[in-house]
Amino acid sequence: MVQEPVRKARTVMSESDIHRVLTRIAHEILEANRGVEHLMLLGIPRRGVPLANRLAEKLAEIEPEYVVLERTGQLDITLYRDDLARAESRIPATTIIPPAGIDNAVVVLVDDVLYSGRTIRAALDALADIGRPRTVRLAVLVDRGHRQLPLRADYVGKNLPTASSERVMVQLAEIDGGDDDYTSDQVQIVDVMH
Amino acid sequence: MRHLLATRNLSYDNAMAILDTAQEMATVSARSIKKLPTLRGQTVVNLFFEDSTRTRTSFEAAAKRLSADVLNFAVKTSSVSKGESLKDTVQTLEAIGGDAIVMRHWASGAAQQLANFGWSSSAVINAGDGTHEHPTQALLDAFTLRHRLHGLQASGKDLNGLHVVIVGDILHSRVARSNVWLLHTLGAKVTLSGPPTLMPVGVTTWPVEINYDLDALLTQQPDAIMMLRVQAERMSGDFFPSAAEYTRGWGLTNDRYKTIEGAGTLIMHPGPMNRGLEISAAAADSAQNTALEQVANGVSVRMAVLYLLLAGQPGQ
Repeated sequence: MVQEPVRKARTVMSESDIHRVLTRIAHEILEANRGVEHLMLLGIPRRGVPLANRLAEKLAEIEPEYVVLERTGQLDITLYRDDLARAESRIPATTIIPPAGIDNAVVVLVDDVLYSGRTIRAALDALADIGRPRTVRLAVLVDRGHRQLPLRADYVGKNLPTASSERVMVQLAEIDGGDDDYTSDQVQIVDVMH
Repeated sequence: MRHLLATRNLSYDNAMAILDTAQEMATVSARSIKKLPTLRGQTVVNLFFEDSTRTRTSFEAAAKRLSADVLNFAVKTSSVSKGESLKDTVQTLEAIGGDAIVMRHWASGAAQQLANFGWSSSAVINAGDGTHEHPTQALLDAFTLRHRLHGLQASGKDLNGLHVVIVGDILHSRVARSNVWLLHTLGAKVTLSGPPTLMPVGVTTWPVEINYDLDALLTQQPDAIMMLRVQAERMSGDFFPSAAEYTRGWGLTNDRYKTIEGAGTLIMHPGPMNRGLEISAAAADSAQNTALEQVANGVSVRMAVLYLLLAGQPGQ
C-alpha cells in the first residue's frame, strides 16, 4: 500500500499581499520603461496568464494609454521544454500574441514561480521564433532560488528561500477558483514528507 | 498512446487530445518561422508500400516542422521488390535509427501487425492500410469540421449533435471507415449513401444510418457531406454500370449543389477530386468546399500525432 505523504502547508503570501505586490511591480515596470511605450505583457501558462492580466489592468489604471487587449497576451512554452522526454506528452496550451506582434516591443514575461529557470529559457526560445523584441524582461510573483541556468528576474514579488524538497503552491481565483480546497488567493510552501 | 493504428479503438480523450494539440500546431503553420524544436534528434521513417504523394508529403512537412529528420523509403526502389519481408524491412530501418514508422500498406491490418508482433520498438502510425483504416485522414476531417464551426474557440469542443453524410464507395474506403468510428466517438450522427453494391456486408452493425437516396438526404441539410473519391480501378468492375450513372445517383452535381448552396452544409473531399464525376466544378470551387483546408489541417493534425507519440514517455 502506498502511504499518502504527510503535507504541512504554511501560507507565505495572502490575497492582499499578492494584490500589493502586483501594484508595486506595475509601478516598477512603468518606472523602468518610463511609461507604457512599446510595452507588452506575455503571461506563461498556466498561472502566469492571470498574473499578466492583473498586471495589465493595473498598468491601465495608472496609465490609461495602456490598452489591455492590444498589449497583453500569453506564451505557451510546452513545445520548447527541455524535459519533454521525461514525462508523458502534454497538450500544449494556447499562445496568443497581440495583433501588433512582438517585433520591437518591450516584452515583459510574467510567471508565478521562478525556480530552475528552465521555463524562462524555453520562453526565450519561443519568443525568438515569433519575432524580435527590442527588450525582454521577466516579472515573477515568487523567486524561490535553486537556479540551474544563468537567469534572473527583473521584477520579483517576493524572494522566498526554500529547500528543494519543498513545493511552492500558488492559488489564483482565475485558475483554482473551482477547486474544493480553494479559499482565497495565496502562496503556500508545502513540505512533502514521506 | 503508443501507436496510432485505427480510430475504431481510439478513445474520446485521446481523440480530443490530438485535435486540441493540432489546434496549437496550426498557429505554428501560420507564422513566419514555421518550425518547432520539439522533436530534434528524432527520426521519422515514411514507409509507403502504395503510391501516395499527398499523404507522404503531409507527414514529411509535419515531421520537419517539429525538427525531426525524415527518411523516405520508397518501396518500389527498395529491397522489398527483391522479396524482403515486412519484418526484415522494418528491422533494417530501425537499425538505421528510426523512432517512428509512418506506414501505408496495401494489406488491411499491416500496421497492427507491425505494432503488435514485437518486431520493432518504434511508434507506428497507420497512413492507410488496405480497405481498413486511415486514421489521420479522419482526424483532419474532424479537425476541419470543428474549426469551421468554432474557429479559434474550437479547443475542447467535440462534434456532438452534428449530422455528417458520407457518400460513395464505402466498401473499399478506409477513409469512410475511419470517419465512421471517429465521428461516432465524437458524438456526431453519420449517414452513409452510395450504390448498394458498394456498401460493405455487415454495415448494419456499424453505428450509422444508411440512405441510398442522396436527394432526400440533402433536403435534411446535414452539417457536412463527405464525397469519397471514385477510384478508377473500381470503374471496370461490376459495382456500377457507368460513370454517368454513378454521377446521376450519387455525384454532387450542379443541380444537387444548388439545393445546398449557401446553406450551412460543408462539402468535404479527401482529394484528389474527380471533377464531373463525384463532384461538379461549381461544388468543387465553392466556399462551402473544404478540400484545401483539409490539406492544410492535415499537416497540423499529423504534427499533433507525431508530437503526442514521440515527444514524451509513452503512456498507457
